[in-house]
Amino acid sequence: MALIERLQNRPDATYWPGKIPMTYIYTAGRAGEAFFKKLRDSGKFIGARCEDCDLTYFPPRIFCECCFNRIEGNWVNVKNRGVVHTLTICHETYDDKPKETPSIVAFIRFEDTDGGMFHRLGDVDYEDCYIGMPVEAVLKPKTQRKGGILDIKHFRPL
Amino acid sequence: MDIKHQKKIDKTVTSLRKKDVTGGKVVTESWEPNLEYAWDNGPAISRYLAELKKGKLIGKRCNKCDRVLLPPRMFCEICWRPTDEWVYVEDTGTVNTFCISHVDWKAGRLNIKGGVRPFTPAVIEIDGASKGMGILHMIDKTNPKNIKMGMRVKAVWKPAEKREGSITDIEYFKPIGKKK
Amino acid sequence: MGYRKVAVVGAGITKFARYAQETVSELSYEATKMALDSCEMNLSQIDCVSVGTAPDAFDGIHMNGEAMAEGSGGWCKPVMRNYVGGGTGVMSAIHGWQHVASGMFDTCLVVAEEKMSSAFPHPAGAFLTIFDHTTEQPLMPTLLWIFAIEMQRFMATHGYDKKDIARVAVKNKGNALNHPSAQLGAEITVEDVLNSEIMAYPVNRLDVSPTSDGAVALVLAAEHVARRVTEKPVWIDGVGHALDSAYWCTRDLYYPDYVEVAARKAYEMAGIKEPHKEIHIAEPYDPFTYKELHHLEGLQLAPRGGSVKMLMDGHFDRDGNLPTCPSGGLLGVGNPIAAAGLMKVAEIFWQLRGEAGKRQVPGQPKCGLAQAWGDLMQVGTVVVMRA
Repeated sequence: MALIERLQNRPDATYWPGKIPMTYIYTAGRAGEAFFKKLRDSGKFIGARCEDCDLTYFPPRIFCECCFNRIEGNWVNVKNRGVVHTLTICHETYDDKPKETPSIVAFIRFEDTDGGMFHRLGDVDYEDCYIGMPVEAVLKPKTQRKGGILDIKHFRPL
Repeated sequence: MDIKHQKKIDKTVTSLRKKDVTGGKVVTESWEPNLEYAWDNGPAISRYLAELKKGKLIGKRCNKCDRVLLPPRMFCEICWRPTDEWVYVEDTGTVNTFCISHVDWKAGRLNIKGGVRPFTPAVIEIDGASKGMGILHMIDKTNPKNIKMGMRVKAVWKPAEKREGSITDIEYFKPIGKKK
Repeated sequence: MGYRKVAVVGAGITKFARYAQETVSELSYEATKMALDSCEMNLSQIDCVSVGTAPDAFDGIHMNGEAMAEGSGGWCKPVMRNYVGGGTGVMSAIHGWQHVASGMFDTCLVVAEEKMSSAFPHPAGAFLTIFDHTTEQPLMPTLLWIFAIEMQRFMATHGYDKKDIARVAVKNKGNALNHPSAQLGAEITVEDVLNSEIMAYPVNRLDVSPTSDGAVALVLAAEHVARRVTEKPVWIDGVGHALDSAYWCTRDLYYPDYVEVAARKAYEMAGIKEPHKEIHIAEPYDPFTYKELHHLEGLQLAPRGGSVKMLMDGHFDRDGNLPTCPSGGLLGVGNPIAAAGLMKVAEIFWQLRGEAGKRQVPGQPKCGLAQAWGDLMQVGTVVVMRA
């Protein structure tokens, strides 16, 4: 009997349940540390500038991916203004359960930078959102900010 | 590595302490994957588990290399062909090698000084399987210092009503007398 | 055999640390930037990138190769990842060699990175699922067990004494005192090893390499590029890798057959007939003390059952006949899994160029070997290099 036949029609075939019982703590890294501390402590955004390539990385990083020069410390202030580059509305949670309130998520390009970030849109109905919509970040109050992407509650239309 | 670069190495990494990472001195984000899996056992291991539930160990023969393979498998990894008949093997065997572990799976320390018995996992060559066919299991109910390579051991089974079709249906292996 | 000659022309390394603040990408960048700077090359001269990182479960980042890619100079380039557990670092060099030797690319950045400190409660826990999920995992095994189990078999077969094997830790941690990346360089004694905490008998704490964060990078080039870039290319003359059965309980653990198979392939390619005479310097994989000796026997650099005597005779010391782990190895420099293997290749590169500083072995070695091991006690990866 060929192997493939032996593998079929096996009502006695079973499975074994299990999990990988690990948790993780990620550091933000050197550029991430500068970015999130600035956001947490002063509610402001920074990017990193590569003059040679005329690029402003947002969020910042310590090197330019194009020319590979070190740009750590070349931090520049970035305005809290962006535009919706693209968006969608989610009716399910990440683990496939229905969401009570659908959430709008978007990629937001920040003004005067070559980057942007993925986040939620708020204070707005999905029907009123559009690509190219100007937005700004709504931050949590300083006392609630802990240094992380959720220090931003959401982005709202300007 | 010239001297210029050697000196730079110190600056490549910002060395932290554990409490800096867990205590919030630096910016961190944490994640618990919380993913669960259902791993298919396949026909060979499914039968292996069903036999364990009955209190038996079963292997599978490859008629080309004439080995009795344990745990059983649907193909012989050496001859690269489907295996042949099922073969019951004994629940006795010989300790091929072992260790005396003071740590658990996550490198957590057992309280040995407080009287906790170290784990003594072993590779046990099972009688009736081909020479060298070992399985990983635990030795227990004997002083770890008395465990020796070549020692004869026998499976101690859970009571039939508590067996569930698992390798842990064998609670552990215990030393027995010499092979006749 | 139709392969092009391939040289290592540059190398870079980060410091190895227990908890690094840097991200995966930043660690990779630091090593890669140093490697490029060391041979005065820039990204526009790089044709492809080979990245190596061990299980995603350490870094906690799915597809960690992608997380590394930009820091490894991979932006808009062909980037390829390999993963063979602890063998990954040396495999990365082999992987890069294949890209260039084949004629497909003229240059290749080889980058290996690991950030184990993200994993809690301990990176060791991430090893749980490398064991068979049904027949082994329910016993809650840890990787330490199979090392201890293998060491026991190795000792019993050859009649080795644990206190002799401890000398590997003394040698390697001592060598690491001179390595600028080292995490655990130290002057210790055999008694220190024997008196250190028992992890899983016969393995004590100082028999084990630490968990680490770090990255290493090499620049590989085809002959015509290498000769333009440097006056001191180090040629990769032989490579070999082999995988043994995943039924690890079925093998006799006293001897690493897979390392022998890998080594014989590499020797054949390099035209080496008598490895113990022709190899001047070696970086065998040493995550545990006995492992260095176990591998030296598999590599045919010590007779089976004869490695401990050679160790005791000082054969493997920095000024011995065959210096082994002059870097300080995993035991001394640290063990960011994939990066640790590539660190060994980088060490041979520096040693053969006479650039190892205080670690430099005497006698201008001309031929060296780096080896790593991994997966579930089953993979051997070997490179042979010549000045």
